[in-house]
Formats: sequence, structure tokens, C-alpha cells
Amino acid sequence: MKTVRVLIVDDHRLFRSGVRAELGPSIQVIGEADDVDSAVAAIADLQPDVVLLDVHMPGGGGQEVLKRVLGPGSQVRFLALSVSDAAEDVIGVIRGGARGYVTKTISGAELTDAINRVSDGDAVFSPRLAGFVLDAFASTEAPPIDPELDSLTQREREVLRLIARGYAYKEIAKELFISVKTVETHVSSVLRKLQLSNRHELSRWATARRLV
Amino acid sequence: MSVMSEVGIRVRETEVSNAPEAYPRLVRPVKGRVVAGVAQGAAAQLRLDPVVLRLAFVLLTVVDGLGFVAYAALWMFTPKEQIKGREPGRDWGQLAAYGVLWLALAAFGWMTGASSGGFGTWPIAVGGIGALILWQQADPGRRQRWMTGAVKQVSTTWVRTIIGALLVAVGAIGFLAASGELAKARTGLVFTAVVVGGILMIAAPYLASLVKELQRERTERIRQEERAEVAAHVHDSVLHTLTLIQRNASDAREVTRLARSQERELRNWLYQPKQDADATLAAAVRRVAAEEEDAHGVPIEVVCVGDCELTDGLVALLHAARQAMVNAAKYSESPVISVYAEVEADEVTVFVRDRGKGFVLDDVPEDRMGIRQSIIGRMERHGGGARVRTEPGDGTEVMLTMKRNT
Repeated sequence: MKTVRVLIVDDHRLFRSGVRAELGPSIQVIGEADDVDSAVAAIADLQPDVVLLDVHMPGGGGQEVLKRVLGPGSQVRFLALSVSDAAEDVIGVIRGGARGYVTKTISGAELTDAINRVSDGDAVFSPRLAGFVLDAFASTEAPPIDPELDSLTQREREVLRLIARGYAYKEIAKELFISVKTVETHVSSVLRKLQLSNRHELSRWATARRLV
Repeated sequence: MSVMSEVGIRVRETEVSNAPEAYPRLVRPVKGRVVAGVAQGAAAQLRLDPVVLRLAFVLLTVVDGLGFVAYAALWMFTPKEQIKGREPGRDWGQLAAYGVLWLALAAFGWMTGASSGGFGTWPIAVGGIGALILWQQADPGRRQRWMTGAVKQVSTTWVRTIIGALLVAVGAIGFLAASGELAKARTGLVFTAVVVGGILMIAAPYLASLVKELQRERTERIRQEERAEVAAHVHDSVLHTLTLIQRNASDAREVTRLARSQERELRNWLYQPKQDADATLAAAVRRVAAEEEDAHGVPIEVVCVGDCELTDGLVALLHAARQAMVNAAKYSESPVISVYAEVEADEVTVFVRDRGKGFVLDDVPEDRMGIRQSIIGRMERHGGGARVRTEPGDGTEVMLTMKRNT
């Protein structure tokens, strides 16, 4: 089994060492960074496979790192890790280019699994993120500008619902009589829609949700 | 801070618009112009505040109309700045302010005879220079505030007052002129105007700082109140829980429960929109899950999609969901319970799922009230439905559906 080279970006030292200790043997932590500038430098320097990215950090937070690192030809993949459950943060960091979002309460085994998944180019959706996506796509009433990008297919909706209900990918595959690979394809496709859809409602929905 | 950034932006704009040429050419900017942008363009060239040049033009117009001629000439010979897209509108408030200023100076000049040039020009020149010195002495931030103030808030009340005062003055002068008393009153009027103007000039910076001070105090008070509220909340909840955790340090289960319950409360306070748990479904589901989590010490993860008002049918659904959570927490031995509630156009669905040991549904004795009565029976009585899926070793999932309009 190939090892995944990971950079941990978080401004809490205790949390960084906690994550280091919890990760499985398939993960190799090659470095740490504690703010935006050092993260950008370390990514350029170490070329990690996956960056574990904290959403709230001094100097602009995770979204600033994504903005400065992601671009054409960038091979680095990001998994956002945060204590925040605010829709604004979750949707914001995904739209910024992260391939997944998990909260810091996640267990070591689940985190290892999520990192492997992201490193394979798949997306990682927590139940809460799946709920947010369903909510966001359902609550936009305006007709879609680009029907391919601006709405979810029936199957994608089913997969997201099962994720929100707490099903693992393997369980979803069994439930829908499809392969795990197909589940991953559906989730990646939802991620792509989430990132590329130029519906401003998505971001607006996330912001408005706080202000109700 | 905002002034700094505004200045920064302005500098950058100038750089960009001048970038293609070796030295900056005099152009008339469209953005922010009052009449044709002549003063603004010239000010950019001379690195002065455009307000200084505008005042100079107004002053020179009063004296022999020289400013008018100079402005017209510059207007004709200066190219307009090329701008993409729609032209921004003119700032009529500022134009009106300069117009009124010109009127006042013209009236003053006419009264003193200064506008015909010669010796009488000197008081105006001295007064103007004095005003400019005062203007220059004020720090940029204050000037900015004076100007934005002059345009934004002041324009509504002050401009009205000034126009009103001008009308009164014109009326009085007209009356005196008609009754032939003007010649006598002229000297007195001039002195009054000079004294009032002088007092205003001395008091203005003081008044401005007073207003600023008041505003700062207000924001400070609001900030203090907010801080007090946060402190009160942290004290009541977080500090309290931390104390309890220290006391129960030997009981791992209790510590986890306390930490978890505090985390949930803090999260709700920070991130969740304020909702009434007695009125809307999502908030009610969260509250029920929180109560059962506290009671049984098993984490319950809640995800809600959509929301709606609670009806009688949905209250029954909530009771059934609570019973399903209780069963999962008590008997399944699952480390975590997932609750998913979705509100659709015509119905509401709630899933309660655990990954515990599961059971065989047919083996449950008839007299066990939990599943048969509290969940399935209750849902059917209220026109909804319940489905239980379970297998030994594979966890349990209870699915509850209810039409929204029952």
C-alpha cells in the first residue's frame, strides 16, 4: 500500500500533534504549518499529496491558502478540517477548492480513510456537508442557468441523502445496488457542481443561513 | 484605517490610469467630477487636494470672474479621461455646496465692493488663505470626514439651513435697499459677517473633534455591551462545565457527556440561526436529540434539510423519533446515532439510524411498547408511516414519514 504524504496546517500546536498521533500507518506526515504564509511556503517546498487544512487561521484562513496555492497545474489536494459547523465556512472552503470537509471530532480511523480517499482524487462528504448541499440546491428557486451544473440528478440526491443518514460509501453501494466506485463518482460529480456552478445563490444561501 | 485604505486605492487608480505614458498628462477625470473634472484633474497634476483647487476657482470667479474664464479655458483644452462602460453620475450635492459658497462670496464681494478688484480684494484673499491654512492643518482623516460629512449627512440639514439663511439675508438686504437704508447698514453687516465667520472658523475643528469623540464613545459602549454578553455566556456555560469536568475527572463517561453537551450548546450559540424549538421542526428535532443525548450519554448527530412549522402530525412524528432515539441509545450499544430530518414539499421524513447490534423484529414480544406502540402505532394513528429495518449485527434504522398538512 502506498503511503500518502500529508502536510498539517493548523494554528493549534496541540491539535497538530494530536492528529499526528492518531493517523494510521498509511499516512506519512511530512510537515506542519501554523499560518497562511508558512503553509503556502511549505506546500511549494514539500509538494505533499494531501494538505489537512484548518478553516480558521491567522492571516486569512484556509480559503486564503486555497486561493494562493490552487491554480492550473496544481497537484495538491486539500481536505478541510474545522471545528466550525457554519454553512458559510463549509460551503466557502469547498467552493474555494477543497475536496472534502470533515469536523475535528472525526476519529483517527475515519480521518485516515478520508485522507486516502482525497489522495485518490475522490471527494469526502460528512453527513453535515451532504445535508448542506441538499439544502442549498433545494432552496434555490430561480431556474438553473446551466442545467448540467446547477441541479443534482436523482441518483446524486439519493447518494447524498444516504450520506446524510450516516451511511458509509460501502453501505450506500449495497443499498442502491451499485459499486463503491460508482458512489465515489456520484460524490465527485456533486463536488464538481458545488465548485463550478456559478449560482451565486449557493454562497448567498450559506451566508443568509447565519443571519436568519 | 478606512481613510488609509481609501488613500491607497486612490493612489493606485492614478498609477493605473497614468501607466502607459512617460509623464502624467492633464486629463479631466469623469469619476468624482463636480462640473467637468477640471479641478480634480489639475489637483492630481499638482498633487493637491481637489477641494483646494475648487475653492480657488470659486474665489477667483468672485474676483472679476477670472476663475470662470480659467475654468472654461481648461475645460476646452483638456481632454476628457477615457472611461469604459457607463459614466458615473455627478455629485449634485457637492455642486450645490460650491454654488452656495459662490453665492455667499459674491454677495459679500458686492457688499464690500471687493469684487471690482483693487484694495477691497485683500480681505477676501486674507480670509481665503486663512481658510486654506486651517484646512491644511486639519489631519487628512478629519478633512475626509468634513468632506464626506458635507456631502452625505450635512447636505440634507445644513445645506437647507444655509439656503434658508441666504434667503433671509437677501430678503433683508432687499428690504434695506428698497427703503434706502442699505448704505448705512452695509458696514454693520460686513462686521457681523466677519465676526460670525471668524467664530465659525475657530470653532469648527473643535466641534468636529467633539462629534468624533461622541461617535467613538458610542461604538465603545456597544462593544463593551457585546463583550459583557459574551462573558456572561461563557461564565454561565463554559466555565461551569469546566468546573464540573474537574470534579468528575475520574468518571470518563460523565466527562465525555459534559464536554459533548457543552460543545453542542456552544455550537448552537455560535453557528445556528436563532430558532424557536416550539415552532419549527428542525429546531425541535435538534432539541429532542440533545435531550436524549444528555440523558443517555450517546452522541446523536443531527442533520436537517429544510424546515417547516410544527403541526399536530409532526409533533407525533417528533415523539416517535424520540422513542426511536431512546431505543437506539439504550439497547443498540452503537457508539453514535445518526438522525436525518428532511422537509419536502408535501411530506417530512425522519431517519434514526444506529450501527449497533440490531435485532430480529419478529422476536420482539407483543407487550413491548417501544416499537409497536410508541413508534409504529403512533405514526399510523396520525396518518403517517413507520418502517423499521434491522438485522442482527447490522444496526437498526427507523424511517418515519408524515404528510405536512395533517
